[in-house]
Amino acid sequence: MEKYLTINRRKVFFNNEKNLLEVIRKENIELPTFCYHSEFSAYGSCRLCMIEIEGKGISPACSTLPENGMEIKTNTEQIIEMRKIIVELLLANHDRDCTTCAKSETCRLQTLARRLGVEEIRFKNVIHKKSKDLSTYSLVRESSKCVLCGDCVRFCDEIQSVGALGFANRGSQSVVCPTFSKDLESSECVYCGQCARVCPTGAIMPRSEVNYVWKALSNSNKKVIVAIAPAVRAAIGEVFGLSGENGTEAAGKIVTVLRSMGFAKVFDISFSADMTIVEEANEFVERLGKDRDMPMFTSCCPAWVKFVERYYPDFIPNLSSCRSPQGMYGAVAKKIIPEMLGIPKEDLVVVSVMPCTAKKFEARRPELSKDGIADIDYVLTTQELARMIEEAGLCFGELEPSSFDMPLGFKTGSGIIFGNSGGVTEAVLRNVVNNKSDGIDEADQFNFVRGENGLREAKINLNGKELNIAIVYGLKNARKILRDIKVDKSRYNFVEVMACPGGCIGGAGQPVYTDLAVRNTRTKVLYENDKTMELHKSQDNLYVQKIYRDYLGNPGSHSAHEYLHTGYKYTKRFKETFGIYKPLKENYIKINICFGNNCIQKGSKDILKHIMSFIENSDYKDSVGIDVSICLEKCSKGPVVRVAGKTIERCTSESAEKAILEELKRI
Amino acid sequence: MESNYVKFETVCRILEENSFDKSKLIPILQAIQEEYRYLPEEILAFIASSLNISPAKVYGVATFFAHFALQLKGKHIVKVCDGTACHVKKSAGLIDALKNKLGLKAGEHSTKDNLFTIETVSCLGACGLAPVLLIDDDVHGQMTPDKAVKLIDVILGQEGAKE
Repeated sequence: MEKYLTINRRKVFFNNEKNLLEVIRKENIELPTFCYHSEFSAYGSCRLCMIEIEGKGISPACSTLPENGMEIKTNTEQIIEMRKIIVELLLANHDRDCTTCAKSETCRLQTLARRLGVEEIRFKNVIHKKSKDLSTYSLVRESSKCVLCGDCVRFCDEIQSVGALGFANRGSQSVVCPTFSKDLESSECVYCGQCARVCPTGAIMPRSEVNYVWKALSNSNKKVIVAIAPAVRAAIGEVFGLSGENGTEAAGKIVTVLRSMGFAKVFDISFSADMTIVEEANEFVERLGKDRDMPMFTSCCPAWVKFVERYYPDFIPNLSSCRSPQGMYGAVAKKIIPEMLGIPKEDLVVVSVMPCTAKKFEARRPELSKDGIADIDYVLTTQELARMIEEAGLCFGELEPSSFDMPLGFKTGSGIIFGNSGGVTEAVLRNVVNNKSDGIDEADQFNFVRGENGLREAKINLNGKELNIAIVYGLKNARKILRDIKVDKSRYNFVEVMACPGGCIGGAGQPVYTDLAVRNTRTKVLYENDKTMELHKSQDNLYVQKIYRDYLGNPGSHSAHEYLHTGYKYTKRFKETFGIYKPLKENYIKINICFGNNCIQKGSKDILKHIMSFIENSDYKDSVGIDVSICLEKCSKGPVVRVAGKTIERCTSESAEKAILEELKRI
Repeated sequence: MESNYVKFETVCRILEENSFDKSKLIPILQAIQEEYRYLPEEILAFIASSLNISPAKVYGVATFFAHFALQLKGKHIVKVCDGTACHVKKSAGLIDALKNKLGLKAGEHSTKDNLFTIETVSCLGACGLAPVLLIDDDVHGQMTPDKAVKLIDVILGQEGAKE
């Protein structure tokens, strides 16, 4: 039997919708919400999606199940008045500096106040203006603009399994804040920025570098060059009303605007993406042959890299050592462009335009610099580029397209699809799987790795060997895969991870969107763009070949390693070490016992107990200090104890005692 | 020599008794506060790691309930009732007088010597005696600012005599 209900006296059929809100929105009634996102759990805090259900009274649509025969009204006088009051109350303790807020025009609170006709706020303004959190390169938090919807908290927890943000306090004191009310930099944040994407207001925003770039552009002593990431061209049109049903590939127009802003050269990150593929595919084939540190993980996504460094240091060797396309672009640009333009290296300013907030963090990694000069000077997001276009008064829609500068502006289709989840995998396959039979459509040959799912698997035959591949977006999905790999190392050979849903096209630096269909449109734009390319395989990129020939030698060579590879280091999850025992003497042996989850289960408590009693009953009382750490990050080899800087894996009470005695003999 | 071993062992024991179960976060925090008189930050991080939840979540719970303290509480705890009845009977005046007496600025709750902590509570259930305050376990009804200050003086006298 078909199930139905009535909405505003209209009969509506429904099937598997999760809640009434989805049923109502399917009928093209845009019920307002702050706290509802179909991507994660319903929370029901903003109370804006209130509806009247005959016989049940007023309920929030987001957390009510549809039932057969329900009679629903979405817009009664009472409901309209309630919604207005809610918005007024939110505005009463909101920092209403809309004219200077970067979220203006895309802010949902602002939009809603207009939609509901809020013309006056009947409550006293009680904002407590706090200083901005500018601790990270990627994001800015401004808590006086927070509406406490918790979208950021749930995204970080449910989709990314990071939980860097949480609610704290209660009632009128409630706030959303990073762990222990500290700044974001001290939290577990990996800078993916999806909190900023889902934030309805300007409480969390990508950190803008627009002013620095304008300043560099107006400095006549500097030459400023720029490159745009693949995903940028698929999304920027949305800001200027150019998206349409099939989206718009706007690379040509972007080149035109960047030139008129005064950039000396306009390049394409898709070029360095081709380079990444050549280098990474080479690394993959080599590692596969030697069965070294397999499975290999992609390393293009800086949030994912940071995630591995923080939570899974055991897996750091599995990350490809290749730099991301941004990293390669910066290194190659700083190496070859000064000569090309006839200027000293110090006068070159390298800018990249990215769909991503984590790229801002990546650009400041010390690994991505040479002789103290950073490879990338400034990173703009797609949003920031759009703002610059507006500031410069350029009519984006009317501009004629132009073409990129050579050599770093030439790309194959592989470099373009990088922006989609599965794109890196597909590009690597195009490189490593040699299929010379004629008539094969190179753009579609490996399209089975594409898809909308956040966790996909694929198999492919490589020279008689079956390759198992996992393609993942969302860091919670990545955790699942890592858990599987811990159990069975041979389960996959190649794992692609992107932190953001849909890959880079869904990055937090992209124009704000709420309709998830936007992601599919952007994905399609890149795949269509690939089809229009003359070449589809990265190794066919003539300029990539030329750069190797002229500067780097072969893929994997010493020179290639110097410029195109990088290193990773683990970042402690918790800075806290807990002092257990501190002797009076200043010169003493430091003992550190890991009390991370794994080590506790494997008996670190007994080891601590043994060491304590051993020391208390000995003459060495004043020569030994004991700390407890969470954690020493060798979880697979626990329990771990560190004695005077030496790490003992799979430690026992006896081996700890032995090591301490040996150290004591020395002093 | 300075040893935190006993306290730390207690934390481990509390976690074990609650079988490292994240749904028992509140009883775990209660037991830990018993031990430390407050919830030290490094212990909260340790609990989060042991229960496999984010520190932000543990912090959220620890700050939600008025019972939990993130700073060391004083030896004597003064709870001033600010429920409806006491509020109407000017409990705000009591709080001001006490804070003034103890030299506490806005946002401060404990004296520097950690002898006193002042808290406001919603209702002590003695509305007939409003305004009411509680010093440690003793209820004092029909308070005035002067009387409240005198109560503090008495304790200060006792503490001084001990030394």
